[in-house]
Amino acid sequence: MSKQKLSTVFMNGLITENPTLRLLLGMCPTLAVSTAASNGVGMGLATTVVLIFSNLTISAIRNIIPEKVRIPAFVVAIATFVTIVDLLLKAFIPVLSKSLGIYIPLIVVNCIIFARAESFAFKNPPLASMVDGLSMGLGFTLALTILSSMREIIGNGTLFGAQIMPASYVPMTLVVRPSGGFLMLGILLLLVNAVAGMFEKRKLAKAEEEN
Amino acid sequence: MQKKLVVSFAPFIHNKEISTRGIMLDVIIALFPTILAACWFFGAKAAVLMGMAVASAVFAEWFYQRLTHQKSTISDLSAVVTGLLLAFNIPSTAPWWIAAIGSFLAIILVKQMFGGLGHNFMNPALAARTILMLSWAGLMAATAAPNGGAIVGLGNTADTIASATPLAEGATGYSLMNLFIGNVPGMLGETCKFTLLLGGVYLLVRGIIDWRIPVSFLGTALVLFWIQTGCFYSVESGSQNALYQLMSGGLILGAVFMATDYVTSPITKWGKIIMGMGCATMLFVIRTFNTSYPEGCSFAILFMNVLTPLIDKFTMRKTFGALPKAKPDHTSKKEISA
Amino acid sequence: MNSLMMIVIGSVLVNNFVMSQFLGICPFLGVSKRTDTALGMGMAVTFVMGTASLLTYLVETFLLIPLNLEYMQTIAFILVIAVLVQIVEMVLKKISRSLYMALGVYLPLITTNCAVLGVAVLNSREGYNLIESVVNGVSAALGFTLAIVIFAGIRERLASSNMPKWMDGFPGALITAGLMSIAFQGFAGLVH
Repeated sequence: MSKQKLSTVFMNGLITENPTLRLLLGMCPTLAVSTAASNGVGMGLATTVVLIFSNLTISAIRNIIPEKVRIPAFVVAIATFVTIVDLLLKAFIPVLSKSLGIYIPLIVVNCIIFARAESFAFKNPPLASMVDGLSMGLGFTLALTILSSMREIIGNGTLFGAQIMPASYVPMTLVVRPSGGFLMLGILLLLVNAVAGMFEKRKLAKAEEEN
Repeated sequence: MQKKLVVSFAPFIHNKEISTRGIMLDVIIALFPTILAACWFFGAKAAVLMGMAVASAVFAEWFYQRLTHQKSTISDLSAVVTGLLLAFNIPSTAPWWIAAIGSFLAIILVKQMFGGLGHNFMNPALAARTILMLSWAGLMAATAAPNGGAIVGLGNTADTIASATPLAEGATGYSLMNLFIGNVPGMLGETCKFTLLLGGVYLLVRGIIDWRIPVSFLGTALVLFWIQTGCFYSVESGSQNALYQLMSGGLILGAVFMATDYVTSPITKWGKIIMGMGCATMLFVIRTFNTSYPEGCSFAILFMNVLTPLIDKFTMRKTFGALPKAKPDHTSKKEISA
Repeated sequence: MNSLMMIVIGSVLVNNFVMSQFLGICPFLGVSKRTDTALGMGMAVTFVMGTASLLTYLVETFLLIPLNLEYMQTIAFILVIAVLVQIVEMVLKKISRSLYMALGVYLPLITTNCAVLGVAVLNSREGYNLIESVVNGVSAALGFTLAIVIFAGIRERLASSNMPKWMDGFPGALITAGLMSIAFQGFAGLVH
């Protein structure tokens, strides 16, 4: 794999095909965990670790596994890494383990991991798959962090626990409640779509100019 | 949207000369006595909040329609009505920005983003009010004691005293007469039952609202509370009886002005009755069993708003439809007519 | 009996899986365009969640705990669920072809539906016994069904209104779901 291709793969997961904001995958944990920026980052990074290793493993054995049993194979691989991450977090970062709660074991059913295993890792060599896992994971983390920060600032006045809004600001507590999650993610997606639309227009205009 | 009425699920009046603006004017007229009552009991602050809410609502609609290059519909006065109804649901101690944010949420988030008048699926004023309540619970629950006549110089000129509404735990009892006139703490527009009912009668007479929802709502509530307290009415102050419950809180405001919004309530006759009964039941359940909120009216109506499409679907047939969870009838696939 | 009632009300209304716990969002947003499909999906999920609750409880009690393999919970549970869904898919293909076609790709996706694994993990964390686990599983699924059917009703109606173009798809669905969840907040605090 030439270096150039790898960097495209990397930017892909981060921006152009950001799993949460563009591919619309992994909604459940995004909504549930984004009440505080630290949670968002923690969940994102945990998922990234699982993504990297599961992509790597699945890519490594992709030629050995027959197509028919690939789904159970994916499941076992992903579940193994999730279990490892779960145990590591419980041991080394118990605070994060507690605040993320059942959403850590639920990483196993995070559509992002499955989708990347199916559409990328199963068809590409290990190094590229690892980079894809890394970039998708970081893209997910980026999306989560943006959303969590928005919700924490508006709904709590803080960011990563530090008071950011002026003392006179009365936090809008709905934003860190479930309903707020839906609304804020919806608004974030609207903004992302608007920005993406602007970029598309510029690209088209540029292409026309060059013609 | 000009003089023509929106072609949607609303069962508008058959008189082709009546426009949305005409209907809204009638609603404003019906609300007017309550506006006066709010100013009487809660002073100048009430007028300020109502003005702020209406101005914000109209501005929000104008601004949104300008931003999205649509024709401005502020002349149909629906934004004014939404602003007023929102103001009726906030306490007089609320800061001005609560009214402003509430109006913006109601007009832009709940109404315009879904396509404007006739297309929202939840009552804008009520949804916004609930968002405010869930976001700034302390500010929204700080009801003040009524200060009758302060605006014209009567009554005591002391600062507003925060008081709990008649429904809160341990609130001092009020007589039925107090409840009826509105000499009780509460949200701006919910206290004076007399003016609210007056407005309701006006709307019924003018044919703007259908009797089924308010009657089934109030009737079912009365029956449920009667069964619960075992007593229909009593002259003792603050005693638990059905009439006391009926006249406390936002129940009458909700039954007359909020649940009857024809965009967000069922079209069919039986549907309306189901809605009224559903609202009353849910309100009863929340008031009795749910200790988080003393008042359940907003949630009850919003929940029934959300069920309205299903209610309409199942009552469209000739027979009295089954409850929403029943299996749909695959033999007659009737699509809902737009 | 009282505690079972609490579990039911808790899972259907107070802590509704979709509206409060964000479990089952993918099918919620994906299979909610028509009420009959939504109902079918809901019924399928109810069966899967009830059975999964039963099976995962058995696996945990008689396999994982005696053999000191609790840390294998995630792997064991997801395998059980994957197999269960596969079986349900085969059975559904035979019994109701139309429903099978209607649910399409969403049926195998019940495996990755966070709600199924979620309820199994929740049952384990709450320490529910067999009956409580199954009741919770079924109630949670009924709550999911309630949410998805109501949502489908709203979306059907919105489909024939003139929502602005940029509200189409996920953003609009999320905002609609958000407003809908506000209506569900009335139940919060109903069960302690």
